[in-house]
Amino acid sequence: MDIPSIDSGPIWLSLQLAGVTVGLLLVFATPVAWWLAHTRSRFRVVVEAVVALPLVLPPTVLGFYLLILLGPNGWVGGPVQALTGSVLSFSFTGLVFASMLYSLPFVVQPLHSAFESVGKIPMETAQSLGASRLDAFFTVISPLARRGYLTAIVLGFAHTLGEFGVVLMVGGNIPGKTKVISIEIYDRVEVMEYAQAHILSAGLLLFSFFVLVMVYTVNRRLPVQVT
Amino acid sequence: MTHLLEAKFKITYPEFSLDVDLNLPAKGVTVVFGPSGSGKSTLLRCLSGLERAPSGFLKLADQVWQDEGIFIPIHQRKIGSVFQESRLFPHLNIQGNLLYGYQRTPLVERNLHLDEVVQVLGLGSLLKRYPEKLSGGERQRVAIGRALLTSPNLLLMDEPLASLDMQRKAEIVPFIKKIEYEFETPIIYVTHSMNEVLQLVDTMVILNSGKVVNWGPVEEVFSDVQLRDAVGDGQLGAVLETTVSEHDDEFGLTRLDFMGQTLSVPKQNIPMGKKLRVHIHSKDVSLATAAPVGTTSVLNILKAKVGKIGAVDPNGYSVDIELDAGRPILATITRKSLSNLNLQIGQPIFAHIKAIKMVHEMDT
Repeated sequence: MDIPSIDSGPIWLSLQLAGVTVGLLLVFATPVAWWLAHTRSRFRVVVEAVVALPLVLPPTVLGFYLLILLGPNGWVGGPVQALTGSVLSFSFTGLVFASMLYSLPFVVQPLHSAFESVGKIPMETAQSLGASRLDAFFTVISPLARRGYLTAIVLGFAHTLGEFGVVLMVGGNIPGKTKVISIEIYDRVEVMEYAQAHILSAGLLLFSFFVLVMVYTVNRRLPVQVT
Repeated sequence: MTHLLEAKFKITYPEFSLDVDLNLPAKGVTVVFGPSGSGKSTLLRCLSGLERAPSGFLKLADQVWQDEGIFIPIHQRKIGSVFQESRLFPHLNIQGNLLYGYQRTPLVERNLHLDEVVQVLGLGSLLKRYPEKLSGGERQRVAIGRALLTSPNLLLMDEPLASLDMQRKAEIVPFIKKIEYEFETPIIYVTHSMNEVLQLVDTMVILNSGKVVNWGPVEEVFSDVQLRDAVGDGQLGAVLETTVSEHDDEFGLTRLDFMGQTLSVPKQNIPMGKKLRVHIHSKDVSLATAAPVGTTSVLNILKAKVGKIGAVDPNGYSVDIELDAGRPILATITRKSLSNLNLQIGQPIFAHIKAIKMVHEMDT
């Protein structure tokens, strides 16, 4: 039996995309989740709904609007092209943007509930000991919310790795640029190369499984600590 | 040198409002006392800066922390806070917890250091352990140490012993006295336990329904006939400062000198000349208009004069009488007795004291 040749390009691209997306999302989602956990504003429900939208929308709907938004005449794509000269749609940057939106709820929601369970008291306590809010956040809140961060990172990463519809719509299918694993699997199946499709699919399946096992193991070892 | 703490807050919630105006000596232990819901904790939150009263003024010595348009944030106030729960950081060991505030205190402002605090609070063997492995009493000691290590100008304690059992309480009270004595950090201490009051208090503030009912030295404040509501039936009574004058081994008694009169209590293991604070519940004092003829089993009879006659209690059958025995003493008698005795203000009276409930050693 001959070993089918696998193009490693899409794998690397997927990992890169997931890594960059999750990294940026943590920076962006932390303040959003913090706000959601502590605000009494009536706009809270609106923001919660917007954050949760990608969970219920078909990826094609999200992809369609993103395509328009990021295109050369779009609200985002237009100004970016005018400034930098590069087009957002069908580019890696465009993919990152799209993935961030698509994976937003998977990062915001674990952080939101982690901040809620940490509560207000540790922040007040740290402040009464002379820490500024930012200092208190990094030295007390985020270590206490580490389960939330771990869950957010893993879910965000795995979900970005597995996305298909949005990536296809926004990124097209450009080898080396926007062709990620999930699209590569689709391509292989289209041309009846089931062996390669098997390897990639099984790889993604095993990866996801082990990642989840790891999360649950670590979560058991890091019990929520109560003073 | 004693500084002043000036605090004026007005804050209104739908169910409750706080309206206080206090001028306190920033020295020793000031106990804020009152029933639950009287605004004690809200007052502390306003002092620490956790709560911003829409209208407020706060000044300690020469530092203004709150005024029209001024609100110094919590982390810039030199205030240490200790709460009912220890609030230790579970992800840091004891040393990490203790040093959290210390490291955030500018070098020039650090008057207290880890070694001395660890020694005074007896924390030496705990440093490498984590909060979850500590007993409630140990955690509370760490919380006190952690607050002290920010070298605060004022230490706020909100019912710090409320969640502990009797034994743990007894274990911590001496440490609180020691802090005040060794580090000269003024303490504002919220409690509704008379026991803690008697052991710790220098200045007393009594709150009820968000208002200061009375404040001042404990002997004066506690014998106010207006206090029944704020203090509660069981705890109403005079607090007196006495001096140990004699031990009577034959009958197992200790004699206390109080304004030239003598009180006898069960024998105390305290040297003569030392001060003792006693609490005489108003219900344990009965009155007679003449000196006892013949004999009585009551050991303690004080000569006094009728001071004030207070309001009738809600049940309508008893009334609080304030007596002047050099210092005020409170007696609760029935309305019927009041009428029988036909008491007039200034009239000499004999106060029969059936029990002297609590006796605590005081620092001299």
